Amino acid sequence: MNIQDYTVTRTSNAIRVAAILGFIVLVALIAAPYWAGRADLRLMGELFLYLALASLWNLMAGYAGLVSVGQQAFVGFGGYMLFALTMFAGLHPIPAIGTAGLLGALISVPVAFLIFRLRGAYFAIGTWVIAEVFRLSFAQISSLGGGSGSSLPIAIVKSLAGSRGARESLSYWLALGAAVLVVTSVYVFLRSRKGLALTAIRDNELAAGSLGIDIWRTKFVVYVVTSALTAMIGALIFLQKLRISPDAAFSVNDWTAFVIFIVVIGGIGTIEGPIIGTLVFFALRETLADLGTIYLLVLGVVAIVVMLKFPKGVWGFIRQRFDLQIFPLAYRVARRDNKGA
Amino acid sequence: MPEPTLKIHGLNAHYGDFQALYGVDMQVSQGEVLAIIGANGAGKTTLMRSITGLLSNGRGQVEYRGEDISGLRADQVATRGLAMVPEGRQLFPSLSVRENLMIGAQVGRKGPWNLKAVYDLFPILEQRKDQASTSLSGGQQQMVAIGRALMANPDLILFDEISLGLAPIIIKDIYDALPGIIGEGMSAIIVEQDISKALSVSSRVYCLQEGRVSLEGDANTVSRDDISRAYFGIE
Repeated sequence: MNIQDYTVTRTSNAIRVAAILGFIVLVALIAAPYWAGRADLRLMGELFLYLALASLWNLMAGYAGLVSVGQQAFVGFGGYMLFALTMFAGLHPIPAIGTAGLLGALISVPVAFLIFRLRGAYFAIGTWVIAEVFRLSFAQISSLGGGSGSSLPIAIVKSLAGSRGARESLSYWLALGAAVLVVTSVYVFLRSRKGLALTAIRDNELAAGSLGIDIWRTKFVVYVVTSALTAMIGALIFLQKLRISPDAAFSVNDWTAFVIFIVVIGGIGTIEGPIIGTLVFFALRETLADLGTIYLLVLGVVAIVVMLKFPKGVWGFIRQRFDLQIFPLAYRVARRDNKGA
Repeated sequence: MPEPTLKIHGLNAHYGDFQALYGVDMQVSQGEVLAIIGANGAGKTTLMRSITGLLSNGRGQVEYRGEDISGLRADQVATRGLAMVPEGRQLFPSLSVRENLMIGAQVGRKGPWNLKAVYDLFPILEQRKDQASTSLSGGQQQMVAIGRALMANPDLILFDEISLGLAPIIIKDIYDALPGIIGEGMSAIIVEQDISKALSVSSRVYCLQEGRVSLEGDANTVSRDDISRAYFGIE
């Protein structure tokens, strides 16, 4: 065995196969409105939105070390902004989604200044408190229906597309687009210089600081960008639902607990983790949801077992066992092609 | 005498209620290599942390090129041209050797040091450049830590206990490489428990004892008795 037989690379056969498979799956998914039923389309749309939320939470908690349990603040904020902008400012829903993202970024700035003073568990609780403040505030706005919420007027819904089928396809494509956009941006960001700095901060905050990385600003940028994208996803979620109320919009269960479940099960601090986690979560939900409370018990048991047996999640386990990665972030040692054998 | 690059005046440092440094005065001139020695708990690492901004200081206590840097954050200090090779190396385990070095260049200062120059200094790092940084031996990891600090092209480089936990032969290799690193006008502060190693590469020496400077002198002329008195605090 000779050292020359080995080379160090980012790619591998698995990655090339995964890239081709991924492309085929993506094309099939884009074409889904032509082959999938209405219920399946809706389900897949929801899956993509959860995937986007999970990827964003993973970037924040798994890479930047910002463990927030208050991301529902931005989901709900985005949803409400969609309603407000379309109903009162007369915006078309699609630009309203983008504007909701911008406003989400804007509101996250003062929030960040407030909660970045807190560390660790206090930070987590602080984010939750902020989300409750958001919920209570929006419940006070009577023009948006106050505590009981409101529905999106039919005229606005119809402005999206004429027929019901076209509307459902469009909202599916928006969800798919959002998921692809989020996963790709997280990947590109982590491959960039800034991403390198973020990984360095996660590894060793002290050393990163003394090497000239502005820790506060790096985390701040991640928080603001994540909040903006989360607000856009929130707007998309409530465009699908067509009805919003404070309790649904700022639900810690729906938009944070399930998202944390997805990321932890899939593998925190990996790009693949949230994808696997989303698939596991939806598989469990679709098979067990009829059982009512037992479904939640099963979710809890799965979470506990995974945390005990595979603390790095399903993907962390696979990666350790088979030296596999789909989104090439790390380098690996590979054997050069054998001559003849 | 040229204007000192780094001037420390009456530096006090605290960890909560505990005071670790008491009115330390110290100066480094351009191109000078300074050794700081002292027993465990004398305040050597605290002094490094105060200079690099990892601990915040009172106003006017640390001055760098005429600018008061006492209140700056670590990253702000780093962009002004102070780099540290921290105690215990503190590499980034998720990053490869090359990525660790690139992080050092994050401050974006111009100068003679780049990836190629570091690989010329430590050729083994080029062979290992894509390996996980913590898969290297202790000595090689120390080279990465030194290279990472050099990548920032600092004017003043701080070495905190670079021989700690390494085999004597490795320590010799690293100290042999030091003259190639310093020179070209770069100043250095070397913190060591290994007194003879520290004295061999430096021109001036400070000894710390329980948070105070107990000895200051020329590295070539200072006597062994003076050092042991200053080091252990016994007459």
